[in-house]
Amino acid sequence: MRVTNGDADVNAPVNFEGNAFPEGPRERLVVIGNGMAGCRAVEEILAREPERFEITIFGAEPRVNYNRIMLSPVLAGEKTFDEIVINTPAWYIDNGITLVSGDKVERIDRDTQTVIAASGRTEPYDKLLIATGSDPFIIPVPGKDLDGVVTFRDLDDVDRMLAAADKGGSAVVIGGGLLGLEAAHGLSLRGMQVSVIHLMPSLMERQLDEAAGFLLRSELEKRGQTILTGANTQEIIGKDGHVAGVRLEDGTEIPADIVVMAVGIRPATGLAKEAGLEVERGILVDDHMVTSDPNILSVGECVQHRGLCYGLVAPLWDMCRALADHVTDRATGYEGSVTSTKLKVSGIDLFSAGDFSGGEGCEDIVMRDAARGIYKRVIVKDNRIVGAVLYGDTTDGSWYFDLLKKGEDVSEIREALIFGQAFASGGALLDPNAAVAALSDDAEICGCNGVSKGQVVSCIEGGAHSLDAVRSGCKASASCGSCTNLVESLLAVTLGGEVETGPATMCRCTSFSHDDVRALIIEKELTSIPHVMQELHWSTPDGCASCRPALNYYLLCALPGVYEDDQKSRFVNERMHANIQKDGTYSVVPRMWGGLTNPRELRAIADVVEKYDAPMVKVTGGQRLDIFGIKKEDLPAVWADLNAAGMVSGHAYGKSLRTVKTCVGSEWCRFGTQDSTGLGVKIERMTWGSWMPHKFKIAVSGCPRNCAEATIKDFGVVCVDSGYELHVGGNGGIKVRATDLLCKVATEEEAMEMCAAFIQLYREEARYLERTAPWIERVGLEHVKLALADAEAVRAYAARFHHSQCFMQDDPWAKRAAGERADLHQHLATVRPSDSSYQLEKA
Amino acid sequence: MMTGDWLDIGPVGQIEAGTARTLPVEGAQELAIFHTLRGEFFAIVNACPHKKGPLSQGIVHGDVVTCPLHNWNISLRDGRALGDDEGCVPTIPLRVDAGRIYLLRAAVLGGGAEAAPAEAEV
Repeated sequence: MRVTNGDADVNAPVNFEGNAFPEGPRERLVVIGNGMAGCRAVEEILAREPERFEITIFGAEPRVNYNRIMLSPVLAGEKTFDEIVINTPAWYIDNGITLVSGDKVERIDRDTQTVIAASGRTEPYDKLLIATGSDPFIIPVPGKDLDGVVTFRDLDDVDRMLAAADKGGSAVVIGGGLLGLEAAHGLSLRGMQVSVIHLMPSLMERQLDEAAGFLLRSELEKRGQTILTGANTQEIIGKDGHVAGVRLEDGTEIPADIVVMAVGIRPATGLAKEAGLEVERGILVDDHMVTSDPNILSVGECVQHRGLCYGLVAPLWDMCRALADHVTDRATGYEGSVTSTKLKVSGIDLFSAGDFSGGEGCEDIVMRDAARGIYKRVIVKDNRIVGAVLYGDTTDGSWYFDLLKKGEDVSEIREALIFGQAFASGGALLDPNAAVAALSDDAEICGCNGVSKGQVVSCIEGGAHSLDAVRSGCKASASCGSCTNLVESLLAVTLGGEVETGPATMCRCTSFSHDDVRALIIEKELTSIPHVMQELHWSTPDGCASCRPALNYYLLCALPGVYEDDQKSRFVNERMHANIQKDGTYSVVPRMWGGLTNPRELRAIADVVEKYDAPMVKVTGGQRLDIFGIKKEDLPAVWADLNAAGMVSGHAYGKSLRTVKTCVGSEWCRFGTQDSTGLGVKIERMTWGSWMPHKFKIAVSGCPRNCAEATIKDFGVVCVDSGYELHVGGNGGIKVRATDLLCKVATEEEAMEMCAAFIQLYREEARYLERTAPWIERVGLEHVKLALADAEAVRAYAARFHHSQCFMQDDPWAKRAAGERADLHQHLATVRPSDSSYQLEKA
Repeated sequence: MMTGDWLDIGPVGQIEAGTARTLPVEGAQELAIFHTLRGEFFAIVNACPHKKGPLSQGIVHGDVVTCPLHNWNISLRDGRALGDDEGCVPTIPLRVDAGRIYLLRAAVLGGGAEAAPAEAEV
């Protein structure tokens, strides 16, 4: 075995001559093309009969085989070349393959069954595989040969673009298809001012309909790209032999330091044509990938099969399978591919498959969610899906694609089809894993590498317990990565949630997740919101309406008594200590401990209602009274009146302890087992004022009849004869969830200590805006039980809660009533007409 | 020095950075005067183009306020709704001079003049 010239420099020609296997009368297989098709075909053959052929691969590029579809992430700086190498030098050596790279095959001599390379090297073959792929199409306009006009096909093109981007300036990308947009994205990320020129009226018109094209265009424009559609390039303008700009047919001139031609590809058929093989648009092959010469095969973008040429990677895998089956005498045949498309531009989710041009008998099912930027369209004909376009949420892309490929009758699930698999399959609406679990075993997960769900699952069951392990095990998600979510879901489903997944980032201002931010606040001892933003490289100057309140809470929780609450980062209700209503007035809910009240409180409330002309008073679900229609200017005075009657803020507006709902219990009720009312009051006295990740509701029921509905609260106590059952994680909101039983205790004191401990655990671990129900579903009840398993831990959590409460049990209304932060309530001034002009009157 | 075309609404210090305060105008729409964390001042009509939510009560970030009712993001610079939302709230030309805030009198009267660009400086 000899290795020549095979060092680490990716641009140095590498030649390996391997003979790992004993000499013998083996058939000689020569492959022209060291790209994805050629190497995949060889892999498929080796998987079937590793010792059958003596293999030589010719590659025009001076490097090992890499994943061409990942050039976009390399350009965008998201990957390095090393990360997209598919077959390392070791692969060639281990498999006894001779690689001749950087030496282009010039001629095929079918009479002598040899190929002749540029260097003069002549290689005899028994079987020849042509996998020359495609060439970029260059539009024949003046200036196309200028320095600085590049295509986007191989690593050299990427290097040229990177060199141009280093100098900065403007880039023009001709072609608003998949490849053009990925080039534009990369150059834009590299700091260039990018314009995309597209001949058709809508971007990616072959994959997207107009609506999705519009959303895509808006998003790209938002990212600073200039998009010109319906634009015909007339000339590439040069200056001193180098490109200087592009002139359109309508006379518009766009300056450019680099022009990327990405208008399409053409099958590279030159060699085949000269050798006298039958060629139309591509090299003609039959279902076994055999050309018009039975000893010459062809796969990939250079072939034409049943009248079709493919420019995507997925059909290539099917072709390679059929080819390998054929040459190892187990012919199966290739029947053509239905393709789907995803755009590899980070932050843009886009999926398209099949035919969406509409037409007779076609029915559109469309769903839009403007607020979330989602557009989904499924095209149904004769009760079968014929096409799908998804923008913004592509979760169900593989499901639709699966239904489409199988031609399944969807009339039964027609109504729910557009809402996706989880919904259409009934139940489990909120669980993304359920959708993946419901996929059939032969459903395709990874379109790039043609890996089915069954293959991924067996790979996981075979010991691949992480994303990386799956990637190296069965190649799923190892190429473009757009099926990463599906693979992660399969890991979760198969392993029962014991997988590490990358959680979503907190918001668009940061690349950190909620959990990361929390951990880093403590680790780096961050003490204020600007401090966090600075240290964690926030991408916005002062955050957004999502991250600011979250950071405020995390700091408040981490540093009780030290961190100063930032009112600017509070949602209006928590800043005004009342609930804003649709007309901009507020509603006010004074606390009624455990739902108890008395004549004095009721009189005070009645007086307030009359004095401030409140249009409505309502009994809330939390057993207290809500006074509606109070103006922000009147709030301090209302609170002063309520304070005078001994009432404090009910925090009905806060991500905080809301109410403790009780039933009457043993004091009155003939069924009552314990003093549920009294315990409820004690718990409310202990917990009021505490800020939490989200609102927090407690209830205490005096017997298992559960009149206080304790089993749909965040913390519920159900009294029984022998003590107190403590329940957690209930929710009566959008998705009703009954509580889980945490434990049973014998005394009120234990119940209260466990309540404090549980709240503190939730405060420290849940993500901002995560109720206890989804939190427990995420971390598991066992985790909560384990954290609160021994008395020591419970005491420690409870102690931290009580320490925090020292700083929080301070009626916010009293301070405002005393005049604190009057600026939040008072107008700046009032402008009134005076004579002909307006005058200012101070408030 | 401001001319009679500009209405003095008081010193900059009365609005905490990162917040807004309201300025009712008799016979016209109430205004909200914003002071951003970067130190700029803006005046817009205090009603979200969506459902008239009081923008003065929203969280201010950058030169954007998030409406407290339905989380629309409104640019303080030109009053336009950002993202996929469509709508525009009138802006009032504002100047800061010698530590005092001035609004263009005609725009205050008219409930905002969209044509005239709002100026802001510290």
